[in-house]
Amino acid sequence: MQKLVDIAFGVSNGSLSASDVVEQHLARIETRESEIHAFNCVTADQARQDAANIDADVKAGKKVGVLAGVPIALKDNMCTRGVATTCSSKILEGWKPPYDATVVSKLRAAGAIIIGKTNLDEFAMGSSTENSAFGPTKNPHDISRVPGGSSGGSAAAVSAGFVSGALGSDTGGSIRQPAALCGVVGVKPTYGMVSRYGLVAFASSLDQIGPFANDVRDAATLLEVIAGHDPMDSTSIPQPAPSLVSVLDHGVSGMRIGKVTDLPEGCEPDVLARLEAAFDALRAAGATIVDIELPSITYCLTAYYLIAPAEASSNLARYDGVRYGLRIDSPDLNAMYAATREAGFGDEVKRRIMLGTYALSAGYYDAYYGKALKVRRLISDDFARAYKKTDVVLTPTTPSVAFKFGSKTDDPLAMYLCDLFTIPTNLAGHPAMSVPFGTGAHSLPVGVQVLAPTLGEQAMFRVAAELERAS
Amino acid sequence: MSESISQEIVVKVSRLARLNLTPAEIERMTSQLAGMLEHFRDIDALELSTVEPMTQPYPLQNVLRDDVEAPSLDHDEVLSQAPSTESGRFRVPPIIGFDV
Amino acid sequence: MSDIATLPNGWQLIVGLEVHVELATKTKMFSASPNRFGDAPNTNIDPVTLGLPGALPVLNRHAIELAMRIGLALNCKVQPCTFHRKNYFYPDLPKAYQITQYDHPLNVDGHLMLPGDVRIGIERAHLEEDTGKSTHFGGSSGRIHGSDYSLIDFNRAGVPLVEIVSRPDIRTSEQARQYVAELRAILLAVGASDAKMEEGSMRCDVNVSVHKPGTPFGTRCEIKNVNSIRSVGRAIDYESRRQVDLIEGGGVIRQETRHWDDSTGRTETLRTKEDADDYRYFLEPDLVPLIPDQAWIEAVRAALPVLPAARRNALGQLCNVDKDGESAIVVVERGQDDYVRSVVDAGGDPARALVYVQQAFAEQGPTPKIPASDLAALTNLERAGKITSTQAKTLLSDLIDAGGGDVAVMATKRGFEALDTTAVESMVDAAIATESGAWLKYCNGEEKALGALVGAVMKSSQGKADGKVITALLRAKRSS
Repeated sequence: MQKLVDIAFGVSNGSLSASDVVEQHLARIETRESEIHAFNCVTADQARQDAANIDADVKAGKKVGVLAGVPIALKDNMCTRGVATTCSSKILEGWKPPYDATVVSKLRAAGAIIIGKTNLDEFAMGSSTENSAFGPTKNPHDISRVPGGSSGGSAAAVSAGFVSGALGSDTGGSIRQPAALCGVVGVKPTYGMVSRYGLVAFASSLDQIGPFANDVRDAATLLEVIAGHDPMDSTSIPQPAPSLVSVLDHGVSGMRIGKVTDLPEGCEPDVLARLEAAFDALRAAGATIVDIELPSITYCLTAYYLIAPAEASSNLARYDGVRYGLRIDSPDLNAMYAATREAGFGDEVKRRIMLGTYALSAGYYDAYYGKALKVRRLISDDFARAYKKTDVVLTPTTPSVAFKFGSKTDDPLAMYLCDLFTIPTNLAGHPAMSVPFGTGAHSLPVGVQVLAPTLGEQAMFRVAAELERAS
Repeated sequence: MSESISQEIVVKVSRLARLNLTPAEIERMTSQLAGMLEHFRDIDALELSTVEPMTQPYPLQNVLRDDVEAPSLDHDEVLSQAPSTESGRFRVPPIIGFDV
Repeated sequence: MSDIATLPNGWQLIVGLEVHVELATKTKMFSASPNRFGDAPNTNIDPVTLGLPGALPVLNRHAIELAMRIGLALNCKVQPCTFHRKNYFYPDLPKAYQITQYDHPLNVDGHLMLPGDVRIGIERAHLEEDTGKSTHFGGSSGRIHGSDYSLIDFNRAGVPLVEIVSRPDIRTSEQARQYVAELRAILLAVGASDAKMEEGSMRCDVNVSVHKPGTPFGTRCEIKNVNSIRSVGRAIDYESRRQVDLIEGGGVIRQETRHWDDSTGRTETLRTKEDADDYRYFLEPDLVPLIPDQAWIEAVRAALPVLPAARRNALGQLCNVDKDGESAIVVVERGQDDYVRSVVDAGGDPARALVYVQQAFAEQGPTPKIPASDLAALTNLERAGKITSTQAKTLLSDLIDAGGGDVAVMATKRGFEALDTTAVESMVDAAIATESGAWLKYCNGEEKALGALVGAVMKSSQGKADGKVITALLRAKRSS
């Protein structure tokens, strides 16, 4: 697999042609996309044009960006001017945003070449891409299995070699879970590190954009490009992007690695075995393993599935058939609203809108939403106590390897349990990333998750790099 | 936290959310929501009276911008995305039952 | 005012007002597209204004400052605050929620003083965003009912608003009008809004209830679409009568929102509380708390201009007139009180200066072009009895036409030379002789007869005699 740092290096010194790089990737897409369905749309013409421009700039001796000529895919919930942005929902089918998301502008400025928009669970609600209105994405390791979700298209695109990096969004694990299931690196940065401007909102206080890549160095490079303060996002942390690539070779000697003693049950034995192997590797590299407790972790699922749908019910109210997207014509306005939203949203989205509307409605707010916000505080306090004793925490990313299509679609709660280990991070606003660490059942990839406190990305990436060296 | 959710409430909530659910969907939704709410009762065991709600993942305050104009979006580009327009405005069916 | 509605049978009126004002910012509350009235539809739009997927709000610092000015001018406490989402569906509301302040507003617990030292409490003055504008087509009336379709313009969407909520301290429709007028004067003075009710940059919702003193307040009705100060009074008078008539006829007041129809002079039911929406307020996760520090608050306070009430007070004292009288109100409203002061500083007569400015300077704006010293000279000519008040008016108009000048020269040009009292007296004697019938009636106490006598003297003096002097002379002669 071609590393994005190698592509950028080669393109910027003229030893590689961006056009050739793009053609190679388009050829791979041509070969396997019909089987994988990673993309909602491939912007081949624009990509060829952008590549030609980069090559011309290099020839003319102009300085090019750190991602010069690197083929990148975007989850199809990030706005791209003039290019359809659907969120894999019928309600937005055909909508062409009149503006670019901040991350898109940053990628372009760095010379990245956007290859296409990837499939997802509708509005990022799901863990398998089975909730996409345009059909699921297949796991490149076994096409009878899900790639994970919601950013399953981005994870699969990187895993299949369609692109050398991709962006996803992570609200409860939507980057890390598919990264683990597809055997790639996936990072959910600290809340506020990457601008959300132009990311179609699912749950505003939990959403965060992050990178997928084939290895830790590529992921760090991508994150350095997209991170940093954005005045268009009020929740953006007013700090420059952290330096990550520079710390990757620092090792973990002397670092403290947290092991959760009260980890919820339900993990496959192979997954737990890989986690133990990861602890062993870090211990061997000079780290100390520290026992920590997260007593409130079992309540995370409840807190998350009240907070996220509540925010979503409000965020998705704007899809009303007035200014953009789908409209089902009806004799009066209220009928038009209801018919449009009934036809435009899939089952899972409707379920979460209903749950969230209920949790916020008069008479139920205190019992549900209000309580969930307090539980969120408990989780955050748990982490604060733990990070007094440790620098990072290691958990499985997912309870199991990639599962078969249809195996969880009838039971929403079973699907929600896929996010058991990833949700706490979003509630706390912390960074976490999934690193491939060997295989489990059916020789499918297993991911180990590295968690760190707010703005603890450097420690997190040091540990991730060490795990990568050991795997 | 509380009694199980009734079909009547599900219908009321679907109206609030402007979702025109079919009777079959109402039935399925009622049982699924009831199942979830049952699971969510786990937090009833927690003593939360002294816990402050957490509303911000990262503590920021006073994020302000200067009162400086930026170019607006292109009128035609925006209107071209709308399901129905007339004389530069967005057209909607008659507003009945709102009385705002 | 003469039209204060007195309710029958001891009923008392209770009024509270919710006034929305659009702030005079260059850009919108949460985004950088222009806040400008009257542009072509859907031209002042950006992703935030349109509620496009992915758009995020960022607070306008100047909107906060203007809201703080309003709060401080209304004697409010300015406090740490947050923003909520108020969720409801309506085509002019692009995100299907309005960002507004809920349990922690910026300004709380203030008050505003009305003439006669009546204190009206201000519960809160909070920030929110305006909606777009719907226009209804088809049907007969151009109103929403019976229309065939509606068109939406989002230029106004996201314009910063402050909603000023009074306590239910208002007891007469006249007080309500004074409240709105005074609030408007304050908003203009602090530069927070152009407060044009006819353009909708200032909008009033009126809460009306009635009760008998000593009993709890009655059920209130909220009246919308009250678009002028005059309508505020009329709507309250109508609505309070309606409520009293209903109760006395054995009916019950329902809590409801009513629509004021200015053409029929009536209110009618818009919606009852039963079908009120469930707004599902929750903290806006896309914004962070606003915590104005003391230094910022004090800087805004220090930059506040002298407020209308204080200016009327000062002007009243300077000119020895009632601070709540019409001349003080009008001149301060026009911002011409400083000019009156400069006329006085130039040696002019204060009371006359005030009257001249009130009567003749309506078109002049806050800084009239006529040099203050010229106007001072004019007041002094009149005060010295060298010209009559009628002549003074003529010269004042000459002065305005010429943009200033030497009033003494102007008086000479007009042939305005004061007659000495002896000359007037002989004309009076002549008039008594020629109008003997009138004189007899006047001596018998018929004051009306005075007119004929004064008119005769005016005629013989060719208008140069001062009416007041003539009257005084006639009165003295009658009683001698």
